[in-house]
Amino acid sequence: MSDPKISSTSEPSGNVTGASIMLEEVTKTYPGQKKSAVGGLTLEIPAGSIVMFVGPSGCGKTTTLKMINRLIEPTSGQIVINGEDVTGMNGDELRRRIGYVIQAGGLFPHMTVATNIAMVPKMLGWSKEKIAARVDELLELVSLDPELYRDRFPKELSGGQQQRVGVARALAADPPVLLMDEPFGAVDPITRQRLQDELLNIQSEVQKTIVCVTHDFDEAVKLGDWIAIFNEGAQLEQYDSPERILANPASEFVENFIGSGAGLKQLTLTRVNEVELLGTVTTTPGKRASDVLSQIQGAGRKFAVVLDSRGRPLRRLDRRQLSRAEIIEGTYDPDLPVVGEQATLNDALDTMLVASAESAIVTGPRDVFKGLITVQTVMEAIAAANASMDQDHEAPVGLNSGAINVVDIEQGSSSGESA
Amino acid sequence: MGDFIGERYRQILFASWQHFSLVVQCLILATVIAVLIAVLVYRNKTLAGIANSISAVGLTVPSFALIGLLIVPFGFGVTPAVIVVTFFAALPILRNAIVGLNNIEPTVVESARGIGMSRFKTLFAVEIPIAWPVILTGVRISAQMVMGVAAVVAFALGPGLGGFIFSGLSRLGGANSLESVVTGVVGVVILALILDLILLGIGRLTTPRGIRV
Repeated sequence: MSDPKISSTSEPSGNVTGASIMLEEVTKTYPGQKKSAVGGLTLEIPAGSIVMFVGPSGCGKTTTLKMINRLIEPTSGQIVINGEDVTGMNGDELRRRIGYVIQAGGLFPHMTVATNIAMVPKMLGWSKEKIAARVDELLELVSLDPELYRDRFPKELSGGQQQRVGVARALAADPPVLLMDEPFGAVDPITRQRLQDELLNIQSEVQKTIVCVTHDFDEAVKLGDWIAIFNEGAQLEQYDSPERILANPASEFVENFIGSGAGLKQLTLTRVNEVELLGTVTTTPGKRASDVLSQIQGAGRKFAVVLDSRGRPLRRLDRRQLSRAEIIEGTYDPDLPVVGEQATLNDALDTMLVASAESAIVTGPRDVFKGLITVQTVMEAIAAANASMDQDHEAPVGLNSGAINVVDIEQGSSSGESA
Repeated sequence: MGDFIGERYRQILFASWQHFSLVVQCLILATVIAVLIAVLVYRNKTLAGIANSISAVGLTVPSFALIGLLIVPFGFGVTPAVIVVTFFAALPILRNAIVGLNNIEPTVVESARGIGMSRFKTLFAVEIPIAWPVILTGVRISAQMVMGVAAVVAFALGPGLGGFIFSGLSRLGGANSLESVVTGVVGVVILALILDLILLGIGRLTTPRGIRV
């Protein structure tokens, strides 16, 4: 946090740039099938929020998602984005205004990272200079160094990096709405956790309306402002905030879907940025090791964190390493236990256990160092969270036609989200 | 042998050039036709199956028989030669184009549509470029094959090295007959090698690094 350079790279944030989406009585029936894949679904998706669609496979959640950008044409019903009925407009033009991310990014293998990202702006007729600047800006946003990755091909990237480029491509023309279809399904758990953290960091900068399909309820709890739980035929079982779904499952189906460990789900509900982080001694490569050593001795710390020129953590150096070194070296330690500030306590604990460390380094937007979180902080937070559950607030509208409107609107004293 | 070539080297070079030019032009025509047909049929399983069967059966038709049939409506000359060479060249390219287009990962096409590319744009900016290396392999197979076919069409008085082979064979045992046949055959083989090298180079230049094997 002490690095003044970070402000130059971050955009002004706080403005909701997302659009609201309203699905009205949307139905999809495939020819030759009696039962509708999606039956009379009415759903309100508030601007600037993340809505997660969860449910068993084949329940119609992906069909519903693809009807928002009309990759699948609804049989009947209306889709309204920001007050505009888009059901009749040209589908290709509509899709250029809506970001779309699928599993593993869906990148074009014969194009470089930059060309992939530039695809939509090119179709919209942007100038070359504007596109080049935008590509670099987006690569920065998804924490990939433009110099290093701009001219690579998708096969030269890891799964997680491909996924990031996929997100960058979806955001290229600054669409108000982002649709994601199981975006993190194809990566390993650690990478998935990082990508989730990053998505939340990006969202705190761009404030889009994000609709995301997943089959993983923990992912829904972590990412979602609102969760829509679907049963077969896209029958909405419950549409509410993660806290309320966990506290009051609307039906047995929801209860079964959540699973048994609901008590420990508190770990997934509390985020790292909601607990108090510890400060620590930070330094940059090239400093004299003995100076840093005396600093941490003075502050009573076990180690110092080395940051690069943009304030991103590179490695930790403990007292023993410092006393042996002469100047601080700037190599990156890939095993460094790092969690994003939007990560859940569950993720943080996981990271510490994997690294066998009693603390983990917390980073904010664009991987900038924020502080430290320790096992003890996590434990205290769980205890505190368990003590203060039960918060009520307004939920957006969601129902299937024919069903009785059971969504009660209660005015709560506070909302569960923090900005 | 040396005398035979020495006396006729201008004639041989001219015939080689004509042979080469016939093959290359027919190959380009065949590629365009084959890719066009592949694009029309590859999404439909039945149609793609029919196209594949035609390309398999078509290759069993003897080229000599086909040229004989075509002489009836078109007479002797270049027209039947071009039709026969293009027909045989198109078959392997068609098969490879269908395979190449069908082997593209559905997620890639889905994401192209998902970011707002039209069907047309998806085809030309994504599908054909990704299938291109496979299509080009078909072109190379075709090139090898129709070099020989082009020699046969000389029977219909088409241009090329086939003339040396036929005139040699028709007076086998006579003066210079063997030399004539050998010149024709060796010339065809050399041309095939040169064309293959050129196609290999084109492949290198037109295949993006991202999909090179």
